[in-house]
Amino acid sequence: MFCEKAVELVRELHRMSDGQLPAFNEDGIRQVLEEMKALYEQNQSDVNEAKTEGKTELIPTIKFRHCSLLRNQRCTAAYLYDRLLRIRALRWEYGSVLPTTIRFHMCAEELEWFNQYKKSLATYMRSLGGEEGLDITQDMKPPKSLYIEVRCLKDHGEFEIDDGTVILLKKNSQHFLPRWKCEQLIRQGVLEHVIS
Amino acid sequence: MADALSEASDLSGGEESQEEDVLTPAELIARLEEAWLNEKFSPELLENKSELVECVMEQLTHMEENLQRVRKGDLKASVHRMEIDRIRFVLSSYLRSRLQKIEKFFPHVLEKEKSRADGDPSFLSPEEFAFAKEYLANTEVYLKAVALKHMPPNLQSVDMLKAVPEPCLDSFVFLRVKERQENILVEPETDEQREYVVDLEEGSQHLMRYRTIAPLVASGAVQLI
Repeated sequence: MFCEKAVELVRELHRMSDGQLPAFNEDGIRQVLEEMKALYEQNQSDVNEAKTEGKTELIPTIKFRHCSLLRNQRCTAAYLYDRLLRIRALRWEYGSVLPTTIRFHMCAEELEWFNQYKKSLATYMRSLGGEEGLDITQDMKPPKSLYIEVRCLKDHGEFEIDDGTVILLKKNSQHFLPRWKCEQLIRQGVLEHVIS
Repeated sequence: MADALSEASDLSGGEESQEEDVLTPAELIARLEEAWLNEKFSPELLENKSELVECVMEQLTHMEENLQRVRKGDLKASVHRMEIDRIRFVLSSYLRSRLQKIEKFFPHVLEKEKSRADGDPSFLSPEEFAFAKEYLANTEVYLKAVALKHMPPNLQSVDMLKAVPEPCLDSFVFLRVKERQENILVEPETDEQREYVVDLEEGSQHLMRYRTIAPLVASGAVQLI
């Protein structure tokens, strides 16, 4: 059956829960493209035949192949676009540097897109208000209290807070820190918000 | 929250922005909250409020500066710190929801911008416009590089306007009426129903299709909640 591969690509993403990025299915894309090439070539030769020899009975087949081509194109675009949306969400979740495990699942062009997106976003945020702009990827949740209790999940080294004090973030140590300084580290999985 | 926010204005007392209409900091924040809620709940992108954003940013900088002067460990300092955090959250959240809509509907947003008459106010701020254009170009380049250029010659382009979903203006929104409105035409829900008109009393709350009241949101006569 035509288009099966393309639909399989879409299904693959659909099965994944939100926000997860499966490995880029290069093989799948290649197979769809090959199928499209074959369909297109068959159509070309049939169109010629229909024109020169007046074989009108070929027209329905040509139409059918063309529909399959369109569907293939649409499914491929949907697959790629949905992946972009997931990659976009990663920028907001992890910040501008992605963990290697995730980078591993992206193809070269996706990394390129990600870098471009990162740049556009940074330019936009810098242009907001005063000199240094405003980082809108911070302050994701309404602030409840000024300081929060956090526990380190991994060694992160030294960390400076606004008033100049430097603290050492060591695995399993617990700190009472200003919330606006830890938000990003929490999302990166370095710190854990301890709710007592 | 309103009480606490007016506290914030005390700190920078009297340092209103020098825009044409002079606002007290409390009014400024109230406007920001209004814009924020409207943007958050409307399905489409609303008119940009870059002037307001700039004022709030200035205000935040003032407050930060004033905080530097307060001596360490002062109880007042932490209250004001909290204020700054809250205002910054609202501001970030506002800009975030705009950016999200721009990303979600980028071809439509750009199309609307293109078809806008010269005198009309722009929906996008210059920065947002630049961002949207880059986003569109980036995405097109990407799709082309990965798949489209390998496709047969007649299938090498995708019409973004058709491919990317449009904002759903028929979705329902909650709203509170700020200025009394008369004779609002409500479209029928089912075939048996006929269209009818309602009057919106000041202070009353309603659940309606966004399309019906979109002009009222733009004019500020109703507030989405």
